[in-house]
Amino acid sequence: MPEQVHTESSLRRFLHGLPGVDTVGAAQRTAMLGTRSIKTTAKAYAIDLAIRMTDLTTLEGADTPGKVRALCQKALHPGAGAPRVAAVCVYPSMVATAHEVLRGSGVELASVATAFPSGQAPLAVRLADTAAAVADGATEIDMVINRGAFLAGRYLEVFEEIQAVKKTCGPAHLKVIMETGELATLDNVRRASWLCMLAGADFIKTSTGKVTPAATLPVTLVMLEAVRDFAAAHGRTIGVKPAGGIRTTKDAMKYLVLVNETAGPDWLDPARFRFGASTLLNDLLMQRTKLSTGHYGGPDYFSLD
Amino acid sequence: MHEVRVAVRKTYKLYIGGAFPRSESGRTYQVTSTDGAFLANAALGSRKDARDAVIAARKAFPGWSGATAYNRGQILYRVAEMLEARRAQFEAEVAAAGESPDTVTESIDRWVWYAGWADKIAQVCGAANPVAGPYFNLSVPEPTGVVAVIAPSTPSLLGLVSVVAPAIVAGNTVVVIASERHPLPAITLAEVLATSDLPGGVVNVLTGRPAEIAPWLATHADVNALDLSGVVDPQLATDLERDAAGTLKRVIRPAATPVDWAAEPGFDRIRALLETKTVWHPRG
Repeated sequence: MPEQVHTESSLRRFLHGLPGVDTVGAAQRTAMLGTRSIKTTAKAYAIDLAIRMTDLTTLEGADTPGKVRALCQKALHPGAGAPRVAAVCVYPSMVATAHEVLRGSGVELASVATAFPSGQAPLAVRLADTAAAVADGATEIDMVINRGAFLAGRYLEVFEEIQAVKKTCGPAHLKVIMETGELATLDNVRRASWLCMLAGADFIKTSTGKVTPAATLPVTLVMLEAVRDFAAAHGRTIGVKPAGGIRTTKDAMKYLVLVNETAGPDWLDPARFRFGASTLLNDLLMQRTKLSTGHYGGPDYFSLD
Repeated sequence: MHEVRVAVRKTYKLYIGGAFPRSESGRTYQVTSTDGAFLANAALGSRKDARDAVIAARKAFPGWSGATAYNRGQILYRVAEMLEARRAQFEAEVAAAGESPDTVTESIDRWVWYAGWADKIAQVCGAANPVAGPYFNLSVPEPTGVVAVIAPSTPSLLGLVSVVAPAIVAGNTVVVIASERHPLPAITLAEVLATSDLPGGVVNVLTGRPAEIAPWLATHADVNALDLSGVVDPQLATDLERDAAGTLKRVIRPAATPVDWAAEPGFDRIRALLETKTVWHPRG
C-alpha cells in the first residue's frame, strides 16, 4: 500500500498537498485544443478509433432484454466495414442477457454496479450488486464512489470502499465513476482521481450520465494529467473514460486531441481511453458513411438504439 | 454645423435555424442592380451552410408538423402582416432587381392565399374510404419532411414566396437557395420570418450559387424532397434528379415552359409535398 494512505490524516495531507488546478487555464487550453482541424485520412482514422473506444451504453429504467440484445448486436456489427465497439455497458440485471450475445466475441461486457447512479446504499448491498454482475459474466465493473463521504472529507472511507469493490471484482476490470458534476471544483476532481488510482482503479470515469454537467473537456484534462503523473510516479497505467454528453463526432475528436496532447499517443487505445455514450456511435457511423460515400447521411439510415 | 453622418449599411447574411450567421466559408459575392450598380455583398453559402440548414430544418420539423393546422395558418397570416409592414423596403429591392413593385403586392396576396389553405388541406386531400369490411378506412395527408428548394431566379420575391409558402403550409420545413442574382429580397423576407412567430428552422435561407450548393442537398440523406423550380440549366436539373433518386426523394421538376408566377397557383405545389397515410380501424 502506498505510504500516503496509512491513516485518514496522511491521506488527507497527500490529497490536499496536490497542486491546485488553474480553472481558467484548463478551460482556455481545452478550448484552444478544440480548434484543431482534423480532416480526410486523419478524420477517418479518428472516427474508427473513436468507434473502437466506445462503451455502447444503455442505462434506462425502460431497458428490456430485447433492447439489450439489439444493442449487443449493434456492438458486434455497427455498420458495413466499421470496427466493433470496445464494450457494451448495461445495468446488472441485464448482464446475463448481454452475456449470451457477447460471449467469446471480444467485445467486453461492462456493468454499472454499487447502487448506480447515487451509490447511496449500505456497503454490503453495493458489494453484493458488484458480485452479482461479475457472476453473471461482466468483465468490467463501473462503480460509483461515495460522493457524500468524499465531499465530507472522509477520504479513507472512500478509499477502503473502492478497495473492497476491487477485491469483489476479481478478474473484472474496475472503472471508478467520480461523478465530477457533483464534485464542484477541478481541485476536487484531481484529488478524487488520485484517490481512485491509489485505491486500485483500472479506469477513472467522469460521470454517470445522470447528472448535469456530465463529461466536460476541462474535467477530462485534469484526469488525463492525473493518469499521466500517476504513471510516472507509480509505473502503473490507468485508463480514462469520459461519459455523458458526448454526442457528436466533433466532440469525440476534441477529446482525442486532448488525450494525445495531455497523456500522449500511448493513451490513444481502447485499453486506456473509452467513451461512455449511447448516441455518439450513430453520429460516428454517419460521419464514416459521409467519408466513404461523399454525401451527407441522415439518421433514418441508422438504428435508433 | 454640418456633420457628415457615417452610413449604417446592412450586412446581408444567411438565415439558418432562426439566426443570421455569416457563411461558414467566410465568402461573399457582389450583388448588383440591373444597371450594374453595386448594391451589397451577400453571403456566398457553402456545402457546410447547407448541412447546418438541414440540421436546423430537421430539428424544427416535429414542432412545426405537430402544430395544429389552425395555428400554422395563424402564423402564416402573421407573416403576411409583417410583409405588408415592410412593403417599401421590398419595393425598393425588387425595383433594383428590375422587377415591378406590383410583385410585392402579389407576393403578400400569395402568402395570404396559402395561409388560408392551412386548415383545409386535410379536407381536400383526406378521405373516409368505402371498404368491403367492418372497418373505418381513413386517409390523411402528412407533410413529407425536410424540403430543399431552389427558388426561381426571377421574380425574386414572388417566385420565392410561391415555392416556400406551399411547402411550409402543410407542415414541411424548408431549406431554400435564393435567387443567385437577386438575393436581397430573400434575406429581407428572412427578417420578416424571424419576427413573425414562425419557429426558427422552419424556413432556412441560403444565398450563393445553386450549382454549387444544390448537389449537396440533392444527395443529402436527411432531405426528403427536392423542388427544382428555379433550376434553369436542364443538365443540372437532370443531374440533381438523379442524385435525389439515390435516397428516394420526391422531386418537383422545373416547368417545361416559362411559368407565369403572377397567375393563381392552384393546389399542385401543396399536394406535391404531402404523403398519404391510410389507417384501417375496426368498427363496432
